[in-house]
Amino acid sequence: MKVIVCIKQVPDTTNVKIDPETNTLIREGVESIINPFDTYAIEEGLRIKERLDGVEVIALTMGPPQAEEALREAISLGVDRAVLLSDRKFAGSDTWATSYALSKAIEKIGDYGLIICGKQAIDGDTAQVGPGISSWLDLPQAAYVRHIEKLSRDKATVERMTEEGYDVIEIPFPAVFTVVKEINEPRFPSLKGKMRAKRAEIEVWSAADVGLDESCVGLNNSPTRVVKIFTPPVREKGMILEGDISENVDKLTDLIRDVLIG
Amino acid sequence: MITVLIEKCSGCGVCIKSCPFSAIKIKDKELIIDLEKCNFCGACVEICPLSAIEIKREEIKRDLSAYKNVWVFAEQKKGIVQPVVYELLGKGRELADSLGVQLWAVLLGNNIKDVCRDLIASGADKVLAAEDELLENYLDEPYTQVLVDLIEKHKPEIVLTGATTIGRALISRVAVKIGAGLTADCTGLEIDLKDKILLQTRPAFGGNIMATIITPNHRPQMSTVRHKVMKEAQIDNTRSGEVELINYNGKLSSRTKLIDVIDEVGKSVNLTEADVVVSGGYGLGKPENFKIIEGLAEVLDAAVGASRSAVDNGWIPYAHQVGQTGRTVCPKLYIACGISGQIQHLVGMQSSDVIVAINRDSEAPIFKVATYGIVGDLFEVIPLLTKRLNEILKKARV
Repeated sequence: MKVIVCIKQVPDTTNVKIDPETNTLIREGVESIINPFDTYAIEEGLRIKERLDGVEVIALTMGPPQAEEALREAISLGVDRAVLLSDRKFAGSDTWATSYALSKAIEKIGDYGLIICGKQAIDGDTAQVGPGISSWLDLPQAAYVRHIEKLSRDKATVERMTEEGYDVIEIPFPAVFTVVKEINEPRFPSLKGKMRAKRAEIEVWSAADVGLDESCVGLNNSPTRVVKIFTPPVREKGMILEGDISENVDKLTDLIRDVLIG
Repeated sequence: MITVLIEKCSGCGVCIKSCPFSAIKIKDKELIIDLEKCNFCGACVEICPLSAIEIKREEIKRDLSAYKNVWVFAEQKKGIVQPVVYELLGKGRELADSLGVQLWAVLLGNNIKDVCRDLIASGADKVLAAEDELLENYLDEPYTQVLVDLIEKHKPEIVLTGATTIGRALISRVAVKIGAGLTADCTGLEIDLKDKILLQTRPAFGGNIMATIITPNHRPQMSTVRHKVMKEAQIDNTRSGEVELINYNGKLSSRTKLIDVIDEVGKSVNLTEADVVVSGGYGLGKPENFKIIEGLAEVLDAAVGASRSAVDNGWIPYAHQVGQTGRTVCPKLYIACGISGQIQHLVGMQSSDVIVAINRDSEAPIFKVATYGIVGDLFEVIPLLTKRLNEILKKARV
C-alpha cells in the first residue's frame, strides 16, 4: 500500500518581521521550512508504515525547484520516495488549481491507499487543498484528524477534531486525511537518514509528465485572484500599568467592566 | 504575465520591499522579477508610484447572468443552528441588499423544520431545508452531494459558510466539484458596486498581511468567514419568508460512517464562539496553576485558552491552544496571563477587540498588542482581579 504525504515548503512566518518605517514584511533572511502541519503528516505516514506491513511512504510537493530541500528533509525522516511537481505553468495557481495538479500527480503515482496532508499551510492558512484533493479524486475524507484509533489495510477508525470535541468516524481506503498537531510528535532525522537524503534522487515531474489539462492550472486559470495586498492597521499603543498592583487591578477591573457592560 | 515597463521605472525600489515573496531585485540598475518566486499577488503593482509594473491576464469572459442571490450555509449541530450562521445572515443581508437580490439560507439536517423560522427572522428571504437521515450529523459526502445539487439547480452568485471545521472541510469539496472560486477565512466582505462582484478580504502570512481576493469569471463566489468578525443579524419575528422542504429520501450515500460524537469539555472549550477568552502560558509554571485561569474564566463566563508552550508541556489539552498551530480566536475580550507573546501566539489572537495582558516582564512582546496591561506577578494579579471582577459583576447583574 502506498501512503502519499503532501507537503509544502513555506516561509517561516514566525520569523517574519515588519519594517517599522514602511510597514511592510521583511522577508530577507527568512528561512524556508516544511509547513509545520505537514511535519505531523509525514510522521503519521511513517507511523502507519510501522503499524502495517508493506507500506511505502511517498512525499509529494508542488513548488519551485528549491522545494526539493523540503523533500530531502522528508527523506531524512524516513520517507521512501519523493516527488517534486514543478513547472512554470503552475505559477499563480490558487487552491482549486493546486489541488487539481496534486491530484493528477497522485494518480500518476497510483495504487495509493491513503493520502495525508497537514490541516493547512501557515502562509496561506486556507485548509482547502486537502479536501480539494479528495474531491478531485472522489475519495472519502477525514479532515482535522487527531488520532488514528484502528487501522488495517482497507479501513481506519479515526477521531476528527471539532469545535466541541471530536467525532469518531470509520473510513474505508483509499481516503484523504488532513491532520492536526495533536496527532503525534514528529521524530528528528537520524544520521543515516541525513546521509540517505543527500544521495537520494528526487523525481521531478512537469505538467506534461502528469498529463494534466493545462487550462486548469496557473494564474490565468485559477478562479480566485488577488487584487490587493496591504498591511493590517497597527494596533494603537495600549495603556500598560506598572507599579502598585492593588491600585492597578482596581483600574483594570473598571476597564474590563466597561468592555463587558459598556 | 508580469512585466516591468523599463521606460517608466525610476529604480526607486519601493516595490522590492513590498514584495511578500522577495521576488524583485535590482541588477545593473534594472528591475528584475524572479518568476520562480513571483506569485502574481500584485503588491508591487499597487505600490509603484509610476505605474511601471503590469500584470496581464488572459481574460476568459463567461456569461454569469444566470447566477443570482446570496446564500448562507446554515450549519447545525444536533438541530441547533451554530452562532456563526447568524453573523453570516447579518452580512449576507447587507450583501443581498446592495446587489438588490434575495438572501437564502440552506439548512441540511433531519427534522429541522422548526429552526427555519429563526433563519427567516434573522434576515433570510427563503430557506432551503434538505432533510435525510444521512444529513442529521455532518458527513462530508452526503453534505457535498446536497450542496452541489442545490447550487447547480438554483445558481446562487454568492455562498457564505462559517470558517468552522465543518465549513472548511465541506465547502472546499463543493468548490472543486462545481468549479467555483473559494476564499478562506474572510474577515471582510463587500460588494464592488461597479462590477457587482464580491471583494473578499482575508489575513495571510499569519496575519502579517491582508489580501483582497475576487472571483471574476466563476460562479458562485464562495467564502468561508471567520467567527465573531461580522455583526449578528437583527432579529425581527415579524419578517416573512418562504420555506422549501426537500426530502432526499435515501438518495444520498456515504462511505464514511459516523460512530460517535464526543462533546469533550462542554462550554469551557469552544474558543471560537466565546465572547471572552482567558489564556494561560508558560508563566503559570505548572499544570495545577491553570486553576487560577479557570477561576477568572468562570467569573467572566469565558473560554479557557493556552499558549503553545503550555500545551507542549502537557499542562492542558491541545483543544485549548490559541495561535498558529492551534485555533484563531477573535473575541470581544482576550486576557493573556503569563504569555510572553511569541508571534506564533499573536497571530491567533491579535484581531481580538480588546486585549489585556498580565506579565511580569515589561518587555514582553504581548504588551505591544495589548489594549491594557499590568506588569506584575500573575499569581498576585489574577486572584485579586478575579475577586474584584466577581464583586463588580455580581453587583451589575443584580
